[in-house]
Amino acid sequence: MTPSVVLRDLRVVRGGTAALRGVTLDVESGRITGLVGPSGSGKTTLIRSIAGVQRLTGGSVRVLDQPAGSARLRGRVAYMTQSPSVYADVTVRENLAFFARILRAEGEIDAVVATVGLEEHRDQVVATLSGGERARVSLAAALLGRPDVLLLDEPTVGLDPVLRRDLWATFAGVAAGGATVIVSSHVMDEAERCDHLVLLRDGGVLASATPAALRDETGARDLDGAFLVLIERTADR
Amino acid sequence: MSRQVTLAVCVRVLRQLRRDPRTVLLLLVVPTALVVLLHEVFSGGPAFQRIGGPLLGLFPFVSMFLVSSITMLRERLSGTLERLMTMPLSKLDLLVGYALAFAVLAACQALLASVVALGALGLDVERPAVVVVLAVANALLGMAFGLSLSALASSEFQAVQFMPAFVFPQILLCGLLVPRAEMAGWLDGASWAMPLTYAYDALARATAPASLASAFWADVAAVAAMTLGALVIGAATLRRRTP
Repeated sequence: MTPSVVLRDLRVVRGGTAALRGVTLDVESGRITGLVGPSGSGKTTLIRSIAGVQRLTGGSVRVLDQPAGSARLRGRVAYMTQSPSVYADVTVRENLAFFARILRAEGEIDAVVATVGLEEHRDQVVATLSGGERARVSLAAALLGRPDVLLLDEPTVGLDPVLRRDLWATFAGVAAGGATVIVSSHVMDEAERCDHLVLLRDGGVLASATPAALRDETGARDLDGAFLVLIERTADR
Repeated sequence: MSRQVTLAVCVRVLRQLRRDPRTVLLLLVVPTALVVLLHEVFSGGPAFQRIGGPLLGLFPFVSMFLVSSITMLRERLSGTLERLMTMPLSKLDLLVGYALAFAVLAACQALLASVVALGALGLDVERPAVVVVLAVANALLGMAFGLSLSALASSEFQAVQFMPAFVFPQILLCGLLVPRAEMAGWLDGASWAMPLTYAYDALARATAPASLASAFWADVAAVAAMTLGALVIGAATLRRRTP
């Protein structure tokens, strides 16, 4: 199977410091890939690079056999930013109607509202919603148009555990439909829900494997432990 | 470019404004109130008759400059612009969508102020319909400059300061207060580079009794060209990739 996202020696300098230092990575479709690492490890920069909105310093990013950000990918790659990128001064439905019209996905509005559990807030102005609810509007917008690549930057921060479980089931459903789902998180217990994990630290890839393989290989009982073993191993070298 | 997407942008901008009735009310009422104030200050005399007409056509430039620069700045800061740039939307769709929405608003604004000035305040100008059309054109000029200048602002405080920095000098030099021929040479020279000079000149000619000669059409062409130029610069500031 050919990987849907291919990164080769990707380097990005942001604000004078190296955010990514030569990342080489293949991401497969049909499964959830988790980007895990502490704050400042380069997760957001990596996702922005795949979304095609990041100016690159070197290396290459190809998505679905196209250079990332090329016109043909617009609408096929959906990107949910960490802070909700929706219009605060109109309602949930008006936001989604706008994005759906651009993506020619008007028929999907009710379905994505239900997926993120906002049926009761459909006609509420986004500014009056809580932080978690706003993030869900942003997520709903990313789900519109059945994207082939779904990029989610910390999508479940601050959400109710039941909703969090349901959303991960949604992500799994999207992946099962053949899409590439990339989710960043700094919470290790969420990493367990991913099919594949990429551990990032200081702008580099520490490991790329399944959660089970990571535990086996490091002998750690959980992923937090596995992460620590890997960090200490690189420090010894 | 897609008509569907352009219209979607226009509808969304108008919906944002509709959810903010106070702003809409201010946009519509303030120019009218200022015309009334002007009438009172000059006791409806010859000075009111001279500058009242052109002023009707200049208000939309000022207010749309402000509204569009703030709206576009918010679009940049909230991340919605970045989201749009990953979608099948051309920059032209976005800019023309904005232009349509603000043109609608400017037309309402200019109509209301004109009806009050011409009807209740006894302002006597030639070609009031041309004044309203020019008002809409000037609104688009203001919008185009607001959109491109918003790229230079990194906060709403800065964007608001662009108004005294870029708009006030133009109002002082455009010929509204002092005829340009009577200004110092360097001021007259500077006024040639300012878009509002042509906007004012067209309005002054339209409201005067003389027939509209080629100088009027040259002004209109200059306003149109400067609007297009500012929109092209505005489009260049909409980056799909950012550092």
